[in-house]
Amino acid sequence: MHELSLCRSLIKQLEMQAQQQGFSRVHEIWLEVGPMSAVMPKSLEFAFSACSRGTLADGATLHIVEQPARARCGVCGEICTVSSRFDPCPNCAAEGLALLSGDGVAIKELEVE
Amino acid sequence: MCGTCGCHQPAEKEAGQSQRRRLEVDLDLFSLNNRYAQTNREYFARNSLLVLNLVSSPGAGKTRLLEETLKSQLGRIEVAVIEGDQQTRQDANRIEATGAHAVQINTGTGCHLDAHMVGHAMEDLGALRNGILYIENVGNLVCPANFDLGEAAKVVILSVTEGDDKPLKYPDMFAASRLMVINKTDLLPHVDFDVERCIEYARRINPSIEVIQLSATTGEGLPEWLDWLEGEYQSLVETRIGHLQQELDELRAQLEQG
Repeated sequence: MHELSLCRSLIKQLEMQAQQQGFSRVHEIWLEVGPMSAVMPKSLEFAFSACSRGTLADGATLHIVEQPARARCGVCGEICTVSSRFDPCPNCAAEGLALLSGDGVAIKELEVE
Repeated sequence: MCGTCGCHQPAEKEAGQSQRRRLEVDLDLFSLNNRYAQTNREYFARNSLLVLNLVSSPGAGKTRLLEETLKSQLGRIEVAVIEGDQQTRQDANRIEATGAHAVQINTGTGCHLDAHMVGHAMEDLGALRNGILYIENVGNLVCPANFDLGEAAKVVILSVTEGDDKPLKYPDMFAASRLMVINKTDLLPHVDFDVERCIEYARRINPSIEVIQLSATTGEGLPEWLDWLEGEYQSLVETRIGHLQQELDELRAQLEQG
C-alpha cells in the first residue's frame, strides 16, 4: 500500500548513488522484494512509472525479484525458508518463528551510464 | 518490434552500451526512513521521552483511549500527542480539549506516518521532556507496520467489533507490536468475538505480545493500561538515570585525574 513512498525513496537513493558513483542515467534496476514487505510488485511498477518521470531513472526497466523469507525457530534454533508468518518450524513444528529476512525491499543491482 | 516499450531497438541499445555499466549495490528502501527514525530515537532518549506508536484500523478507538489516558495522566506527568490522519484537525482538537498539547499531521494521500514527518512535528513539541509522547498513527493495519518512527514500542489496538481473526489477516502489524489492547470489551455480549481465540492468533504470530483488555468508554480495564504505561515510563527513567550516572562518574573521574 505504500509503494508510492517507497518509489520516492528509490529515486532518492538513486540520486545519492549517482553522485557517489558518478553516473547520470539509470537504465535497469534489480529490486529484491520480500514477501512480508507489504509491497505488491504490480503497484510498485505502476508507482515507479509515475515517480521516475523526469528523473535520472525515467524510462528505466524495473526487475522485481521476489525473494523467499527466512526465519529462525525460537525453540530449536532451526533456520528455514517461510512463505508466511504462520509457517511452523519444519524441524520441531513450533509456531511464532522470528523473521530474519523477507520484510525488506532493496536495490541489488543497477545498469547505469 | 514493440514500439510501445522499445524492447526491440538494437541500434539505440548498442550505441549506448559502450558507456553502460553494471553496479552491484545493496540499498534498503526503508533505510532513509530508518535513518530519520534513528535520529528521532536519539532525540527521545536525550529528552527522556517514552514514545508509543499507536496503530489500529480506523475506528478501533485510539483517540477515545487517548482522551481517557490523558485525563488520568495530565498534571501527574508531561504528555503530548502527535495525531496522524489523512485529512482534518478533528482528532487534534479532541486531544486539545483534554488540555494536552497535540500536533496534527495530515498525510494527504499518504497511508502512514513516516519518521521524517514525526521529526518535524517535534519542532512544535520542543518543550516536551521527561514524559510520554503518544503518536496516533493513521488508521491502517498494513503500512504503519513497516515504518519505524523511532518509537519505544508499537501498541496495536483492536476493537471487539472488528473480528477476532484480525491478527491472522494483518499479521505484520501484530508481529511488530509489543502490546495488543483489546478495546470496547463492554460490547462483548453483543458481538461474536472470542477473546481467547484472538489472543491465541496474535501469539501464534508474536509469542511475546502482551495483551490488555479494556473499554475506554466504561473504564473497565483502564487501570491495567495506565499501570503498563507507568511501568514502561519508570523503566525508561531508570535506564536514563543509569546512563546519566555513568556519564557523571566518568566526568568526575576525569576531573579528579586532571
